[in-house]
Amino acid sequence: MNGAPPAVQARGLTKRFGAFVAVDALDLDIAKGEVVGFIGPNGAGKSTTIRMLCGLLRPSAGTATVAGYDIVREPETVRAHIGYMSQKFSLYGDLTVAENLRFFGGLYRVPRAELKERMAFAVTMAGLTGREDALVRTLAGGWKQRLALGCAILHRPPVLFLDEPTSGVEPEARRRFWDLIHSLAADGVTILVSTHYMDEAEYCNRIALIAAGHLIAIGSPGELKRRDLGGALVELESPQPGAALAALHGAPGVVEAAIFGDRLHVLLAPGTDAAALARFLVAHGLTATPPKPIIPSLEDVFVRLVSRKPAPEAA
Amino acid sequence: MFERIRVMLMKEFLELKRDPWAIFRLVAPLVIQLFIYGYAATFTVNHVSTVVLDLDRSQASRDLISHFPATGRFEIVDNVTSQQSLNRDIDTGTAVAGIIIHAEFAKKLLNGQSAPLEVVVDGTNSNTALIALGYVSQIVTIFQADYANALGVSSGAAPGAVSVSLQERPWFNAGLEDRWFFIPGVIGTLALMQVVSLTAFAVVREREMGTLEQIMVSPISRVEFILGKTVPFFIIGLADVALVTVLGAAWFHVPFVGSPFVLLFGSSLFLLAAIGLGLLLSTASRTQQQAFALNFFLVNPLFILSGFAFPISAMPAALQWFTFINPLRYFIVILRAVFLKGVGFAVLWPDFLGLALLAGVMLGVSVLRFQKSLD
Ligand SMILES: Nc1ncnc2c1ncn2[C@@H]1O[C@H](COP(=O)(O)OP(=O)(O)OP(=O)(O)O)[C@@H](O)[C@H]1O
Ligand SMILES: [Mg+2]
Repeated sequence: MNGAPPAVQARGLTKRFGAFVAVDALDLDIAKGEVVGFIGPNGAGKSTTIRMLCGLLRPSAGTATVAGYDIVREPETVRAHIGYMSQKFSLYGDLTVAENLRFFGGLYRVPRAELKERMAFAVTMAGLTGREDALVRTLAGGWKQRLALGCAILHRPPVLFLDEPTSGVEPEARRRFWDLIHSLAADGVTILVSTHYMDEAEYCNRIALIAAGHLIAIGSPGELKRRDLGGALVELESPQPGAALAALHGAPGVVEAAIFGDRLHVLLAPGTDAAALARFLVAHGLTATPPKPIIPSLEDVFVRLVSRKPAPEAA
Repeated sequence: MFERIRVMLMKEFLELKRDPWAIFRLVAPLVIQLFIYGYAATFTVNHVSTVVLDLDRSQASRDLISHFPATGRFEIVDNVTSQQSLNRDIDTGTAVAGIIIHAEFAKKLLNGQSAPLEVVVDGTNSNTALIALGYVSQIVTIFQADYANALGVSSGAAPGAVSVSLQERPWFNAGLEDRWFFIPGVIGTLALMQVVSLTAFAVVREREMGTLEQIMVSPISRVEFILGKTVPFFIIGLADVALVTVLGAAWFHVPFVGSPFVLLFGSSLFLLAAIGLGLLLSTASRTQQQAFALNFFLVNPLFILSGFAFPISAMPAALQWFTFINPLRYFIVILRAVFLKGVGFAVLWPDFLGLALLAGVMLGVSVLRFQKSLD
């Protein structure tokens, strides 16, 4: 956007583990100050991509630059310009809040004169004022994650990689975490954040959808929701959702069916009659509410996009 | 550079301080094993390398000398012409026992006088020395009988007139105490076991906890990380050496006749090699269990092939070669020499050289193998 060099640029980025392709020829551009959500099922290759961009894994093929530096040729320069929160919580539990901050401040050689102020900022940001001397392992999940973010930004990196920073954190703490992400982005920090939570996808400027190592779609939440699913989406409720799903998969006109909580979302081929679907279920001895047309959510779009591109090993 | 190493060291120190069992885990195995070896260990030794100084050069003296290898107990590794050369062989460990036959041995024997046979044994290995002396007594008895028989046949002299006196002169370890032999070696084996496993586990634990990933994503250099991670174990290793030395001297009265500086230098080289080994192990292990298994498979052979308990000279040739890449082999020689013989670099330089080469190679390879990446 507006001509500035991209904060992250990947071209054909690929990672193979033996014969298994974890990330397959990924192209990605992230502009400065953008918050990009990285979304995909388990094992999609989110962490592998982030680790390559951080210089923790060597790409098997392809290139990428982060903050303008090549991840293979200048990994140490890249490292000085990024903050990273790994998927697994990785601060020292036996050290206090202040000791962890001082440790990471030292690793990144934050000047002594500034360290105090930045530590104070991180403590305030994490909501840990007055608990500087608490051992980190005694903190609850939300505080731990905010402190980890605090440690990751002590050196003011222009690019942040956050790998599922909110997993296992209760909703109120997740919301607070996203407030922090947005205030960092407002200061011009570029953020790539992976998540499993669909509601969090809505908080991103853009969403990159990845499945089985392939980047399937990328766009703003609004753009993705307007995607043509190639049919009409209906919703119905059934007391036997499992049996209903199995039956629907073979029903005439059904492109796709998926369970969403206590409901079923069914994508019907153009021209299929929703009433015929109700009769089909009754004929199979299943009870269900009458199908009613709905506007696709992000999740519907993801389910549709992911199933269109079958995983190579499952094909 | 120093700021990063400083915070690494600070972090290690704080973690150690927060672990209430740390001191116990560090000290208890050391003290327990020291006492086990100090009190319980005895064993047998074979094949005594021997140096011969024949000042008589008579038929009788050659005859007596030929009795030594004939039993298979002794292996004559050198024939020398002066007392100095014999002393040097024993100082350098070329020979464990020295046989000196003084001039006029044959004449005195023939005259029925007491003919002195002097035996010098390296007392640092008290067991070998004791066994060697026992064998010498047996050989002398056999020699006397043979000689008397031969005389009886030729001249009819009475067998009882023949006598060989044995002058035992154990050097260095005059009391021939087993534990004097063992305790210096215990320092090496314990320091090896502790430092290799501490180093390996410290790195692998961080890998398992995920904190290693967090460190590797920072701009810290490999050397900074490795220094910050291993300097504590170097210090612990030196403390191990000091503790066992002091306990050995104070409790078991093991003499320390050498120079503390030589000991410090040898220990430092040895600990560098041990740290290199621990790091190599950590680069080959993803989990602490793997590190444990590898450690077990590595440390046991090093222990057995070190000369600590089983003499290297009695091993098959292939294994003897293997001992040359075992840092513990060199360190045990240095330890025993420093404690009991008091010799210095002039004599021990080949062992120091071997140790320095091994330390350099092991540290070098481990630094090269240690990559700041996860694959
Ligand atoms: N070091 C490795 N060796 C072999 N396979 C690996 C390795 N790391 C990851 N994989 C495989 O690569 C695939 C992608 O893993 P990755 O961790 O990137 O997925 P992810 O999208 O982050 O999943 P999750 O949501 O579970 O965190 C998985 O199938 C995983 O098993
Ligand atoms: Mg992941």
